[in-house]
Amino acid sequence: MCLILFSVGLYCVLRKRNLIKIIIGIGIMEYAANLFFILIGYRQEGRAPIYAHDQVIKNMVDPLPQAVVLTSIVLGLALMLLLVAISIRIYEKYRTFDITKINRLKG
Amino acid sequence: MNDNDRSGMTLIVKTVTRLTLGFILIYGIYIGMIGHSSPGGGFAGGVIIALSLVHIMLAFGRDAALRRIHRGTLRVLTGLGALVFLYIVLCNPNTALGRIALPICEMLIVGAGLFAIFVALVLLSKGHRDSE
Amino acid sequence: MLEIHLILLFMIAAAIIAVEVRDMLSSVVAVGAVGIGLSLAFLVLKAPDLAIMQLVVEILSLIILVRATSHRDLPFSASGRWVFNTVSTISFILIFLACAYISLLNLPVFGAPQLRELSKFYIDEARTLTATENIVESIALRFRAYDSLGEATAIVVATIGVLAIARRVSIKGKADDER
Repeated sequence: MCLILFSVGLYCVLRKRNLIKIIIGIGIMEYAANLFFILIGYRQEGRAPIYAHDQVIKNMVDPLPQAVVLTSIVLGLALMLLLVAISIRIYEKYRTFDITKINRLKG
Repeated sequence: MNDNDRSGMTLIVKTVTRLTLGFILIYGIYIGMIGHSSPGGGFAGGVIIALSLVHIMLAFGRDAALRRIHRGTLRVLTGLGALVFLYIVLCNPNTALGRIALPICEMLIVGAGLFAIFVALVLLSKGHRDSE
Repeated sequence: MLEIHLILLFMIAAAIIAVEVRDMLSSVVAVGAVGIGLSLAFLVLKAPDLAIMQLVVEILSLIILVRATSHRDLPFSASGRWVFNTVSTISFILIFLACAYISLLNLPVFGAPQLRELSKFYIDEARTLTATENIVESIALRFRAYDSLGEATAIVVATIGVLAIARRVSIKGKADDER
């Protein structure tokens, strides 16, 4: 199901001509990928992977993809920061966000 | 958008920011430190502290926020946090100093995360404000 | 299961709105809706650590995106030669979905993951080997501390990158000598 979300983002990246829309599409793809990892490691009637005070909990959801996705969310934030910074500079140089008009490789 | 350049946002935003700013800061430190027994942990706490500083900057305009913290101080703190974090992670492989080093290590994660994000955001906004 | 499907439908609808709307500010708000829906999904999937992180990071991304789009006007872009573009894009997406469906059939049934030995080891030994009770935290900071080192490195590199990109040349004559 979340592959549909991923393909929405993919369509946006491939088709749209506005640079900010492309950045939004990359963000949507990143959300879909993180959701997919968490959906895989979900156990029915599982508990959150945090030990309460003196409780023996038998079934927990898988904590390994959660730790990985934690890092991935922060990396996605760093990616968006850099993308938006580059796109702001592109706007200042070319005065437009249309990617078909940004084709002059000037120094 | 001319008001945004001159003196920040409206009076309602400024008053609310003044009231809730300390609360956001303390909440960020709380989430950063509670990582052992509740969800939270260093990175989320660092981002919340950075968000409190961003809140100042959004509500009061760029110059008023920069009067509180100098740009050079931000950069030095970012680099220092990153370097000390690197040193601690590389020099205590598993349990060298044991439990004393781990919370300090996480607090430095908070430090590195917070200041890096805030420096990036403030200087990005400052960078493209200079051209207008 | 029902809540997950509802949240996913909401996210897909918000994502389609974000992609198709011409107004830039509305599409940024729709991306914010997708992110908050994702945080809700993380809560339903019993991952509270990730829900906090996703919410906070989403707010920061929203601020950055609004900052990027609010001062700039958006030109309407005429889409020329769209027949070939549409056909190739849709065929690419269909091929991707077919491969993904084939690979989805091999995954374990939703709700009963085959916990590999690594996850079993983490769950069983995390309380005795570390003094923490948050298993995700102990994985990210104790068993896999190098990944967190890489994450902090990525933040620092992003900071340096943004500082380098947003730098103004101090001498005015060098900054704009084009056009």
